[in-house]
Order: sequence, then structure tokens, then C-alpha cells
Amino acid sequence: MIWNAFILALREIRRSAMRSILTTLGIVIGVASVIAMVMLGDATTAYVTQSISKLGSNMLILRPGQDRHGPGGGDTTSKRFTQEDITAISREIGGIKGVAPVSSKGMQVVYGNQNYSTSIDGSTNDYFTVKDWSFETGRNFTAAELQGGKAVCVIGETIRKELFGDQNPLDASIRLENFSCQVIGVLHSKGSSMFGMDQDDLVVVPLRMFQRRISGNQEIATILLSAKNASGIESIKTNVTSLIRERRHIRPGDEDDFNVRDLREVVQTLSSTTKMLTLLLGAVAAISLLVGGIGIMNIMLVSVTERTREIGIRLAIGALEREVLLQFLVEAIVLSSLGGIIGMALGIGTGVAINHFFDLPFVFNTSIVVIAFLFSTLVGIVFGYFPARKAARLNPIDALRHE
Amino acid sequence: MKIPQSPSPVIELKGTKKYYGEGDATAYALRGVDLTIYEGEFVAIMGPSGSGKSTAMNIIGCLDVPTEGHYLFEGIDVGILSRDQRALLRRNYIGFIFQGFNLLGKTSAVENVELPLLYRGVPAHERRTMAMAALQSVGLGNVAHHTPGELSGGQQQRVAIARAIVTDPLVLLADEPTGNLDTAKSIEVMELLKSFNLEKKITIIMVTHENDMARYASRTIHFRDGQIDPAGDGSHP
Repeated sequence: MIWNAFILALREIRRSAMRSILTTLGIVIGVASVIAMVMLGDATTAYVTQSISKLGSNMLILRPGQDRHGPGGGDTTSKRFTQEDITAISREIGGIKGVAPVSSKGMQVVYGNQNYSTSIDGSTNDYFTVKDWSFETGRNFTAAELQGGKAVCVIGETIRKELFGDQNPLDASIRLENFSCQVIGVLHSKGSSMFGMDQDDLVVVPLRMFQRRISGNQEIATILLSAKNASGIESIKTNVTSLIRERRHIRPGDEDDFNVRDLREVVQTLSSTTKMLTLLLGAVAAISLLVGGIGIMNIMLVSVTERTREIGIRLAIGALEREVLLQFLVEAIVLSSLGGIIGMALGIGTGVAINHFFDLPFVFNTSIVVIAFLFSTLVGIVFGYFPARKAARLNPIDALRHE
Repeated sequence: MKIPQSPSPVIELKGTKKYYGEGDATAYALRGVDLTIYEGEFVAIMGPSGSGKSTAMNIIGCLDVPTEGHYLFEGIDVGILSRDQRALLRRNYIGFIFQGFNLLGKTSAVENVELPLLYRGVPAHERRTMAMAALQSVGLGNVAHHTPGELSGGQQQRVAIARAIVTDPLVLLADEPTGNLDTAKSIEVMELLKSFNLEKKITIIMVTHENDMARYASRTIHFRDGQIDPAGDGSHP
């Protein structure tokens, strides 16, 4: 019976091909836009996640003060970290690849008649380990340089380009405000971060030299930690928190006066934002699917009126109510599913094209394709039911008399 | 010609009334009709418009039910059946021929004839064979794949007859089958009906305005004001 209804529906759709195409257009556009939007959203999420993992996803950042999200979160009144904190962390916390104290300041760097504004980071060799830097040329700091706070520096690619151009930067002397230091290494370029910041725009000097000549105190602004593997991050975070609390004699129940952030949190925040956007785009597109469904209902109602006499004939020769209902329902479902299939192809095609155009990674979300298709079928059932019932309930005598 | 009266009644109307509305506004279509039609009869129903003959045909065809009284089809009281049960009676025992042919447009003749078989659940290949045979029996085997629009009125009515007899029904109801046809085509159609009545023993009940057509029937019943007019009732000599 269903098979007969299906054949009948196909025949009917073929008979009024033009109208069928126009009717399904709403569904086609609906399904296509849902799929394309979700594909775009998924690709954006994947892109964000990839970009952040480039920053070093196993990294933990310790800052003084309570957690303030967003830029300018640094709290200048809270207690700073000290060299002893660094020593304690590297002694007592297991599973870490490196622990780097970092203090920074924005400064002018000058070489010859070139000058450039950049950020000076005072740290140790662990800085390069934690942040996953490799050297383009030159070397990192020696123990003697670190101990003695010698005036040496490692520069990023941007600084090399701006100050030296084609010249060899190694062993050259650059001036940082009122003192000069010798370039011993150049870092391999990382390019800009996903936030648009130039990661190569930096100068790294030994921490002791920074404290002595730039900050003038023994404080450490930030501590960077990196875990040997991602699975250890959570326990390291807990251990570091309790260690620092203990060192600072913070009583249980009192709030931390420092914060430990983990880049995965940033990844999560960002990807939940993009997922929300995906959802929103998908929802807007789903509304157009609904509108498409109303279009189908409209056309099916017109079709029932137009075919009143046909329905009368069928009822007179012995069609049951449910058989007529099924015929029209199947017709609506076939129409909407047909639209769903075309929409699927169109949506995937559009999604691939957009992602290619914006140079986003290709993510194929099978479930949304299936959902969009099933939804289009559901639309057919829901919006086809009313016209089909109307057809099935016609009085055959009146229907046969209908002109 | 003598009435080919058989002892088993197919159709029995017993005090059948049909009216619409209530009280003063009551509009009577049938005011109490008693009628028995036996198997193998060819009955013509005549009467002016508004005489209730169409209402009677609708009730006989199980498309409508009496408001009062009884209608027995093969002994079954149709008045108490559900809509779907009546549909099953039509599907299995009754063939319809309409004045306006009522074929599905854009659908080939053979597909039109297959339609009742489809609802009977006859398998596709068997359906086609039976439909072709029915079309051949009305002399239209050569235009089986033409759509109604491509056929003349006479041919269309013959397709409709093929559709009505393809299921080999017990009763064939024809509502002014020649109303839209010229004399020559009308005679063709009537000869066909007559032959199905004689050869296949199909009981035929036909509404007509034309005495010439009524003459093909073995009995003519006249309706007047929602009742059978006894004066006009009788068989043709």
C-alpha cells in the first residue's frame, strides 16, 4: 500500500514538475542553509582550536591577583612571585617540562639609526622550552650569563627584520633605553597569533639582568609552566595552587591571591562561543526550513482543491479514508524529502566552497546532514498531514460534483 | 422481452427516507421508497430533476445512507455501516459509470481502468492484464495508452465502463451514462451495457432522461417528488 502510494506520488510530482520544483525550493534552501551554516561554524571552531594549540596547549600561566578575564587582568597590588616560588615549583611539582619566571616591560630598542618599540621579557632558558620556541640562528643563555645577569639578548624575527634588515644580527649590540646588550640568538618565526598579535615581536633577556637594570627589584610578574603531557595539566594545576597557597600561608576557605590559567580554558571559552554562533546560524536557517514546510502545506492544499474530483472518483470506487490520506501524505513527504536531498547536495557544496574561500579547515559533520534531511521529512509529515486529512474526509458525492 | 427475474434480491429499499434539516425547514429528498431489485436485472430509473432519483442512486451506491428506513445490499443493512465499511462494499461489489465520465486526466486509459484493482490489492502485472482485457471488451485495446484528453466522448465513456466492469462487480450503477453523448455513441454505450448484463449477469441500474435509452432496460422505475410513481412503474413490453 505504501509502495503504491509512493509510485502514485512520484507520478503526480512528475506530472506537475514545475510546481513541484517551486514547492520544494523552500525546503531545498532551508536544508542547504542549515548544512552550509553548520559546516561554516564547525570549521571556524576547528580553526580557533588549532590556532590556540599552536600557542602551546600544555601551558599553565600563574599570575598574581584573582582571575580577571580579558585584557588588563593583571592586578598590580597583589603579592608578586619570587625566585623561591620558582625553585619550590621545580623541586616539588612532578610532570613538568619547564617552569619559566617572566617579567616584562615595553621598551624602545635601537640599533644604528633604526628603532622599534617592543616588549622585553626577562626569563630563563625554560622560557624557550615552555613556549616551544626554536632558534633560527645563535644560542640560548649560558649558565654564567643567567647567573651574572649579563647584558645579552635573544630577539624575535620581527625585531631582526626591523633593526637589522639584511645584516647579520649575531654579536651586534642593541640599545635598550640606557644600556646596551649583545644579540646571541634569533628565534624561529611563529607568525601572528589568532588574536592578531605578532608573536615574533619580542626580546628575551636573562631574568637577573632584567631585575637589575630594568625593574630594579626581585619580583617575578608571571610564571609559565608546561606539562610533559596534556593529561597531566589538571593535577599540576591543583598541585601548584596548593603549593603556592601553602607558601603564602593562605588559610583554607580564603580566596587565592593568584590565579592559574590554562590555555585549554581559553580554547574552551572560544570554542563554546563559536559553537553558540553555529547554533544561532543553524537556528536561523532552520526557520527557513519551517517556512519551506508552510509552502508545502499551501501547495498541498491547493492540490487537494484542484484534485477534489479525482479524490471523489477514488472514494467512489472504494478507496478507504486512510488510503487517500496516505496518498497525499506520501506525496508531501516525497516532495519534502526530494527537497531535502537536493538541499543536502547544495548545502555540502556551498559549505565546501565557503570554507575553501575563507581557507578554513574542512570539517564534515555527518549528524547535521542526517538531521537536516530527517527534519525536512518531518516537515513533510507535519505540514502534509492537514491537507491529506482534508482530502481523505471529503464527501465523495460532493467531491464528484465539484467542478 | 420478459423480466429475467431471479429469486434473490440484490437491492432492497424499505421505507427509505432521506431528508435534510429539521422541523419546518426539513427538505425531503426521499419520502419513503420501497424497491426491490433482483440479481441480473437491468433497471432504468427515470424522473424529473429533484424527483429524488439521484439521492436514491447515491444510497443504492452506498455513497449515502438513508435518514429513516432501511437499505439492504445483499441483505446487509448499509445504514449501520461505517464510512470505510461502505467503501469496502463499493470496492468489492459495485461499479460506477458517471455522466461526466470522471476519468483521471493526464492518466492513460489503462491506468484509469487499473484504479479499482489497485485498491483491491491486485498485483501489478495481473492488474495490467485484467485492465487490458476490460479495455478490449469495450473495443478500446488500441488506445490503452492514450489519456482521456486524447479520446472522444464515446471512447471516454467506454473507458469508464471498462473501469466499472474490470472488477466484475455484482451491480453496475450508471448515472446518465449517455447524457453527454450523441445518439450513435449512446447506442454503442447502451449495447455494451446490455451485453454485460446478458453475458456477465451483472445487475445494472441506470438513471436516464431518455426513453430511447430506458428501452434497453428490462424494467423502468419512475420517480416523482421523492417517491416511486406507481403509474410509471413497470416493465417494457
